[in-house]
Amino acid sequence: MSNHGMSVIVRTVTRFVYGLIILFGFYVIMHGHLTPGGGFQGGAVVASAFALLLVAFGSAGLKGRLNLHWLQSIEEVGALAFLALAFLGIGTAFFYNLLANSGGFLFGASVPAGANAGVLNAGGTVPLMNWAVGLKVMTGIAAVAITMLIGSKKEETE
Amino acid sequence: MNIGNLPFIAAALLVAFGLYTFLFKRNLIKLVIGITLIEMGVNLFLVTLGYRTGGISPIYTYAPEAQQMVLPTPQALTLTSIVIGLATTALLLSFAVFVHRHYGTLDIRKVKELKG
Amino acid sequence: MTALTTHAPVLLIAIPLLGAFATPLIGKLGRGARNTLVGLVVLVVAGLAALLAVDVFTAGAPTIYEMGGGTFTFPLSGGQVPVRILFEVDSMSAFMGLITALIALTGAFFSFSYWKDRSGSNLYFSLFLLLTAGIFGMQMTGDMFNFFVFLEITSIAAASLVGFRVWLKQSQEAGFKVMAMYTLSGLFVLLAIGLLYGQYGHLNIAALASRLTGSLTDVIALGLLLTGLAMKAGAVPMHMWAPDAYGEAPAPTSAVLVANSQASLYGLFRVLFTLFGASVSTGAVGWILIVLALLTIFVGVTMALIQNDLKRLVAYGAVSQIGYMMLGVGVGLAVSATKPEFGLVAMQGGIFHMLNDAACVGLLFFASGAVIRASGTRDLNAMGGLAHGMKWTSVCFAIGAVALAGVPPFNGFASKFLIYEAAFKLSPFLAVIAVLSSILLLAVFVKAFQAAFLGPRTTAMAHVTDPSPGMMLPMVALVLVVVVFGLFPGFFVDHIVTPAAKALWLGRDAYINAVLGG
Repeated sequence: MSNHGMSVIVRTVTRFVYGLIILFGFYVIMHGHLTPGGGFQGGAVVASAFALLLVAFGSAGLKGRLNLHWLQSIEEVGALAFLALAFLGIGTAFFYNLLANSGGFLFGASVPAGANAGVLNAGGTVPLMNWAVGLKVMTGIAAVAITMLIGSKKEETE
Repeated sequence: MNIGNLPFIAAALLVAFGLYTFLFKRNLIKLVIGITLIEMGVNLFLVTLGYRTGGISPIYTYAPEAQQMVLPTPQALTLTSIVIGLATTALLLSFAVFVHRHYGTLDIRKVKELKG
Repeated sequence: MTALTTHAPVLLIAIPLLGAFATPLIGKLGRGARNTLVGLVVLVVAGLAALLAVDVFTAGAPTIYEMGGGTFTFPLSGGQVPVRILFEVDSMSAFMGLITALIALTGAFFSFSYWKDRSGSNLYFSLFLLLTAGIFGMQMTGDMFNFFVFLEITSIAAASLVGFRVWLKQSQEAGFKVMAMYTLSGLFVLLAIGLLYGQYGHLNIAALASRLTGSLTDVIALGLLLTGLAMKAGAVPMHMWAPDAYGEAPAPTSAVLVANSQASLYGLFRVLFTLFGASVSTGAVGWILIVLALLTIFVGVTMALIQNDLKRLVAYGAVSQIGYMMLGVGVGLAVSATKPEFGLVAMQGGIFHMLNDAACVGLLFFASGAVIRASGTRDLNAMGGLAHGMKWTSVCFAIGAVALAGVPPFNGFASKFLIYEAAFKLSPFLAVIAVLSSILLLAVFVKAFQAAFLGPRTTAMAHVTDPSPGMMLPMVALVLVVVVFGLFPGFFVDHIVTPAAKALWLGRDAYINAVLGG
């Protein structure tokens, strides 16, 4: 893999689609408690956009846009947020869903039993955990991809 | 459509091919591929356990009324297994990169300073 | 206080996890802040493990913790089945928790000094705490799939720690090997869980145990679990990864890796006694375990005999000790249908040896790490006369070595004696192999001690000194454990080992009833 990325066709198409991929990833995370998908899947989709950028523009083209230290810090924050949400219910039990059916505006609406049209504002801590996981996965996989690219790049120069 | 035991056979074949690759190939990357094949076989097995003929995905959003659903638990298990598989594969490949950097080869017959 | 004991099983996992993810962030503030955080985490965890152990030992019955609970009260009644992930802590789990807490505590404090002059150690401590959390998870969980998840957490963290020093050639080779074997063992376990789930529709250990019929599929699942968990515990003939891992990992990690292997062994025992119990032929399975144990003891010791690398020598010693635990528990399992008196003695020996082995092997790994750090070599032929400069380290190494070889009055003797006694009653041949291997192990360590520490002070080794107090203190703490457990074995056998052995040997019904009701 060269440092300068791939052909102009790939780069142009990438410019078009990477924003859409990220948007789709966020949609998958946001609706994780209603539709197939969730934090991991959406995060992986977003990370695939990063990987696409990496392949199309090469590591040189990415320089400065994605900082490895920042990615790792955000990843830790995602993990800590997940644990904090799990600790939220420790009054009853670890992972107890304190916010579900609380009636509040923070995912507290109650859901009718059986088939329904989907209530976005429901699920309590689950959608929040989806976001925490999504944050962790998108940054984590991006960090893995970047690290591997750096690793293989060094190998070429040696 | 009734697919019968076909997925189980496919899962068994995947595991068998994976084990063969793991045991008899000499290239580190191929070993990783072997492990991934076993993993995919196990994942397919788990998903198939929960499959019910004609069942729909176990999600209530816009679900048709009174329709049989497939079991959700094996799907959760498979998803967890996939996530774990991602981490293990990434780690194995990273080790392969570093082994290649140190030894200059991916052939396991040449990568054996640790023996005895 | 009661709230703390109620939540202790989950806090044992959640707090190290919290520490693992906070360490890289806090580490940006500096080394002092990070060490404070990690030290605090391991201290809290050790306190919680002790609290939980006292609670479970006095109650005498398993404690249940329901994740995300609030709906059910345990034990369930009226044919209810558990749907959520349960943690179930009986005396055996609490006992294993104590071992892990001991090793995590000493290992973390040893690491502070060990990594003083190295960069990137934030990630090391992050992985260290992750591994600790995974080991606790394997010991506390009451759910098969949850067990698999924690198994994989330990696999990933342990393999990363083995290959943590990416600048070392051999550590990368060891890291790949360890991760490949760990992944394979994890997949075997997962396949077995799938087979059990497909038949009975449950993942909870108690619910599965109450429904197992011993069909052919169950036996296949048992075989897969036995292979996978024995592989992860480093039993011969699936031991290829173990000496590489213990030998190439940073010294404090090697001790935790041994605790990790013991956790897999715990999982194996839990599967054999609690999950399957009498639904399969315990005699046959017990003898399989005994044969694996004898192979492990014999191969471990003989391979240790020919090593010239200090760390690898200790590593093979550690492999052989896994065999003694399997021998004790295997004898207990083989006779568990008739339950004669010596079966419980064998169980006590095998389980007591887990604690003793963790202390001795931890001590040996710490001491050899200090030696390698000071002398700059791992080759026994290049060392010599180190006792002149490293008096205290040499004493620690000697105590650990004779204790591991089973010399009275140290703790290794106390547990090995129980194993010999019970194994002799089943078949004198077993005891002969076990005793001979112990003597051989003593010879191995005498050779290593003589080569490394005795003799005149050489010019190349003139500069060596004892390590800093930060590294000495954990070693001294483990020496205290070794000596105290060796001098008063009766007290510890009565108060912590016997409840654990009975929970495993006789407690199957209590384990099931704690969840499903009587």
